[in-house]
Amino acid sequence: MSKLRTNSTDSKWCRFVNWVNGTVEETKSEEIKEANAAEEVAATLEEKQSLISKVGNLTGETSLNKRLDAFQEKGMKAFHRVNKVMSVMICLVVVGVLLYTVSFLPEFGDAASPVNNEVAERYITKGMQETGAVNIVTGMILDYRAFDTFGESNVLFVAACAVLILLRVDREKDSKKNEENDRVYEPKNDVILQRVATCLVPPIMIFGIYLILNGHLSPGGGFSGGAVMGAGLILYVSAFGFKKTERFFTMKTFKTVTFLALLFYGASKSYSFFTGANHLHSIISPGTPGRILSGGLLLPLNICVGLVVACTMYGFYALFRKGEI
Amino acid sequence: MDVFKLILLIFLVVCAISVSLTKNLLTSIVIYMSYSVVMSIIWIILESPDLAITEAAVGAGVTSILFFVTLKKIHAIKGEEDDVEAKNE
Repeated sequence: MSKLRTNSTDSKWCRFVNWVNGTVEETKSEEIKEANAAEEVAATLEEKQSLISKVGNLTGETSLNKRLDAFQEKGMKAFHRVNKVMSVMICLVVVGVLLYTVSFLPEFGDAASPVNNEVAERYITKGMQETGAVNIVTGMILDYRAFDTFGESNVLFVAACAVLILLRVDREKDSKKNEENDRVYEPKNDVILQRVATCLVPPIMIFGIYLILNGHLSPGGGFSGGAVMGAGLILYVSAFGFKKTERFFTMKTFKTVTFLALLFYGASKSYSFFTGANHLHSIISPGTPGRILSGGLLLPLNICVGLVVACTMYGFYALFRKGEI
Repeated sequence: MDVFKLILLIFLVVCAISVSLTKNLLTSIVIYMSYSVVMSIIWIILESPDLAITEAAVGAGVTSILFFVTLKKIHAIKGEEDDVEAKNE
């Protein structure tokens, strides 16, 4: 604490205090105004109008700030002091409570901790026979707890729908404008980025496919593989633009793939739960553990989850960038 | 290995504190990315490589990119404005 010199005006602590108090707002907004004025020179007619309205707002805000400062300076100062003290107190209390709770948790790697019960023992001893998966984690999340994973995939789908509702741009009205706006700020044909993407995207996609297909044999699985594939797709898009991806990935692809994957997941897992719960003969056999075509439903389910995750990741990015997939 | 683990954990704490103390949003996202990368190394040390892959892909990759895109959409990235200013000067 000795380093915090509260007296000098240039110290970091003082600047932090000013930032918390909001007293630097005026100079900042002036900077923004200057930047806006500089931008205006280069901006097109449409942008000019929006910027002018922006600047108008900013001047309104600064005058409001001045008035607030003039009238309520004393009250605000007292409020900020109380606010500071209270926030520090609340943080300390929360930290203390959390640390106190953590001290009661069982030690890391403790054999006698309550998590090591018969459930985990059964997963470890009988997991490979019952699910046919060498990778116990995949056997757990796609066989014993398959409905959990089904819910998670549906959560991803619902999240994509929510983002679609919030961020979708009406194609006739605003799409063109947004495209132009994006192009203003983006180096669309950046050579370095394109070369790096040419080298990196194929290995990333192949690694993702490997993770998905080998999910029941080695670490990985649907979610990680799908996330890796989604990240690869995003890299490809940011290097080459949306026109290239629209050749193979449109809204229709997104809808079809997600719908079919979720439908297949739900139907096949319902079948296996139905036959398993009623002791009926199931046509799905675990097979020999260790082979690529083994584990019964694990491989197709991994593919389903991976497709949903990859589509959702790419869909998020596309919706954030241009307001449609 | 214990020293290495300790260094990584200290780095995590430093990252977590500095994220809240940086004023520049872009910097805090980059720090968040480095937090995720270190976290994925810790997952590998804790012998859960599948979580490490997911952390690296989602935490360091997709989430931060979505943050970047959001910053760009709300015009919070200062770089472009600085460029314009530099040109004018």
